[in-house]
Amino acid sequence: MKAGVIVFPGSNCDRDAYYALRDVLGYEAEYLWHAEPRDLSEYGLVIVPGGFSYGDYLRPGAIARFARIMESLCEYAARGGLVLGVCNGFQILCEAGLLPGALTRNLSLKFRCKPVYVRVENADTPFTRRYQPGEVLQIPIAHGDGRYVCDEATLSQLRANGQILFRYCSPTGALDDAWNPNGSTDHIAGIANEGFNVLGMMPHPERACELLLGSADGRRLLAVG
Amino acid sequence: MPKAKVYITLKPALLDAQGRVLQSALQQLGFESVQGVRVGKYLEVELAPNGDPHEQVEAMCQKLLANPVIEQYRYEIEP
Repeated sequence: MKAGVIVFPGSNCDRDAYYALRDVLGYEAEYLWHAEPRDLSEYGLVIVPGGFSYGDYLRPGAIARFARIMESLCEYAARGGLVLGVCNGFQILCEAGLLPGALTRNLSLKFRCKPVYVRVENADTPFTRRYQPGEVLQIPIAHGDGRYVCDEATLSQLRANGQILFRYCSPTGALDDAWNPNGSTDHIAGIANEGFNVLGMMPHPERACELLLGSADGRRLLAVG
Repeated sequence: MPKAKVYITLKPALLDAQGRVLQSALQQLGFESVQGVRVGKYLEVELAPNGDPHEQVEAMCQKLLANPVIEQYRYEIEP
């Protein structure tokens, strides 16, 4: 399977994603430069990686969403292509309108960089079907703007459709503010679009693909091929 | 040269984490009258004299400068 990783000025998880896709999962991985629009139809997965695209100027993701590759990505997503946005990638997908809501400053105002626990809330999507419903995963986060917010109508819709794929939780899977690292609404760590082919999440599955790095829980998420 | 002064703030319904900390800091410094603080952004946009500046700035705010999901904006235009 071919898998692409978009590279913006300021991306810094592009190499981690590339390594996970190529070396861990054995996919034919390729970098996709932000300034070059292209036909993505041959790709089985496109990752919008973490980092600080355009220095987070104005708002995280606000500038990156207008990059030329984003037109290609929107067409690809509209045709059902699998898109995974991680961290800054999640922020970019929200800014681009591929996912509802927005990511705001962590409630603590601190940059949080540590392993967290998330619970699989919907195991019937292309990204999560290799997990058990309710399974608790350990995946690292590294962000300052990860508090997901949206209006009440959107939140009701996300809940009703099962679009909330991951929630922050305790090691045993309990939802508790003490285990919510950024104050995210309804403990949301990751959401999908209505078609379940676009996933945005703050935790970094590409950094949790090998036990040597502390956890391999993210590997199955990327194993879409 | 017309200049637009653009003010962007979080929507009132949204918790402003920075504003809350500043409110607490001000109160601790003895400014007990402080009832709330909201942190926003202020931008100055210089424009060429042709075209309708209001129309242009409105479009800029909608397309890029503000995120309508979380932010509200207002602007003044100096001729």
